[in-house]
Amino acid sequence: MTSYTKTGEAGGVHRALDDLLRGMGRVFDRVPALWSVASLAVLCTAWQIAGLVPISFAFPTFTDTFAAFLQMLFDGSLVYAFFITLQPLVLGVAISATLGVGLGVLMGLSPKAEWFFAPVFIVLQAAPMAALVPLVTFVYGIGLTAKTLAVIMLALPVIALNSYKAVRHVNPSLVAMCRSFQGTRMQRVFKIIIPDASPVIFAGLRLGVAAGYIGVMLAELLITPTGIGDLITYHRSVADYAHMYAAVASIIVLSMLTLVALQRIETRYLRPERRSA
Amino acid sequence: MSNTVRAESAHALDTGVGDAVVEVTGICKTYGDVEALRNVDLGFERGKLTTLLGPSGCGKTTLLKIIAGLVPATAGQVRVNGRVVTGPGPERAFVFQDFALMPWATVMRNVAFGLELRGVGQAERRRVAQRYIDEVGLSGFEEKYPHELSGGMKQRVGIARAFAVNADVLLLDEPFSAVDEQNRRKFQEDLLRLVALQNKTFLFVTHSIEEAVYVSDRIVLLSPRPGRVSRIIDPKIDRSTTPDEIRRDPGYLDTVEEIWHGLRHYAE
Repeated sequence: MTSYTKTGEAGGVHRALDDLLRGMGRVFDRVPALWSVASLAVLCTAWQIAGLVPISFAFPTFTDTFAAFLQMLFDGSLVYAFFITLQPLVLGVAISATLGVGLGVLMGLSPKAEWFFAPVFIVLQAAPMAALVPLVTFVYGIGLTAKTLAVIMLALPVIALNSYKAVRHVNPSLVAMCRSFQGTRMQRVFKIIIPDASPVIFAGLRLGVAAGYIGVMLAELLITPTGIGDLITYHRSVADYAHMYAAVASIIVLSMLTLVALQRIETRYLRPERRSA
Repeated sequence: MSNTVRAESAHALDTGVGDAVVEVTGICKTYGDVEALRNVDLGFERGKLTTLLGPSGCGKTTLLKIIAGLVPATAGQVRVNGRVVTGPGPERAFVFQDFALMPWATVMRNVAFGLELRGVGQAERRRVAQRYIDEVGLSGFEEKYPHELSGGMKQRVGIARAFAVNADVLLLDEPFSAVDEQNRRKFQEDLLRLVALQNKTFLFVTHSIEEAVYVSDRIVLLSPRPGRVSRIIDPKIDRSTTPDEIRRDPGYLDTVEEIWHGLRHYAE
């Protein structure tokens, strides 16, 4: 700092800039959320510039996309699209979460269940699910069932396999501790194994929810255009790229918000020690 | 060599039977092809702190876990208060080398966990846990989580948890090996205070000769794989003096030296 004092005018500007950056740094340190805001601002600015250049005639600016988003929000088309899209998604994710965590924990606890179920999930996880979606349509038609199944096919294996691995990697010392204090099998499962496995189970749930979003978009793009998939397909076909991008961005934002909410739930109810960490 | 070992092993049985809370007879343990323990006979006296000491791989932790009922023996029998051990029991409590604290639970819940598993009510549980939290010197840390504590404090939680279930026999598996040197000394002093205060039977596993001599009423030396009782030593140390005086006591230093001579040929 003091070394700048003798360098006159240029030094003064330099110092002012330096002070500004330091001041910002201090504010940012106090409110860490500002870093996320800054990151988003950089992304949106880059988007805006890329749209203004433009890098492609099919690439709208951020402001155009945002305007299209507001327009669709207020004319109700976006709300209706989400209402349609969320049905198979919520249904599929709920079934996958219940079944996946249940079967995963069971596989982790019982070698018999492991032999019985694990190969199925390993094959399912390895399979390119997008290729199976048309098959589902072939069997179940184009209704809610087919779309829900598409969600389950993508979400279930990752949830089940993560829960299974989570239970398998529970700290053996904690299990021995529970046994040494004469904990029953049920106490061992519910007071030690599940809480200790919960971070990995929840990581699986987050991956499963993300996969569920992929599933529902695949279904809406491959099976029959409805909901957000319809908005994307329709606006692409009429070359209204701002609206198409707005629809794409809206589903990304919703997916992200869901994942953040899941993380909040986890720290709130299962691992309170991580709140302060 | 094998003759002397057998003779001393028999001697161990004789000396142990006096007022033995824990009786170990003919314990053998093999893991696949590896023979970890061979025909171990021991008695552990009530109200005393007995240490299982030996080089790594001598099966001392395995023996402690067999006594705890956490590991089944291949052959032989363990009796606690005259009853044959088939698994963990309420008369024994274990202190783990890696603390085994639940990271998602506060100090209070961790200490009270043994009682929680037994279905003791919340108020009673907290009352008992509070007493032992105070006793191990963790007052004021009740609502902290394990990751907020130092290694030494974590093991205090582990010890308080073992005390809280009011077991007759406390089994400590290298409890201070993950604790730094300064804290370890403080700990050993605290342990002596707790032994005097609690009038419980302590079985202590360590690989530190100094630690064994400092805290023990009796030291059982185990030979390496397969683990057998090689010697039994009763250190004659006046514990009424200060910790520093004990560590300078000729009896203490001689015993450390004696054990080291007994063990040094295993060190190569």
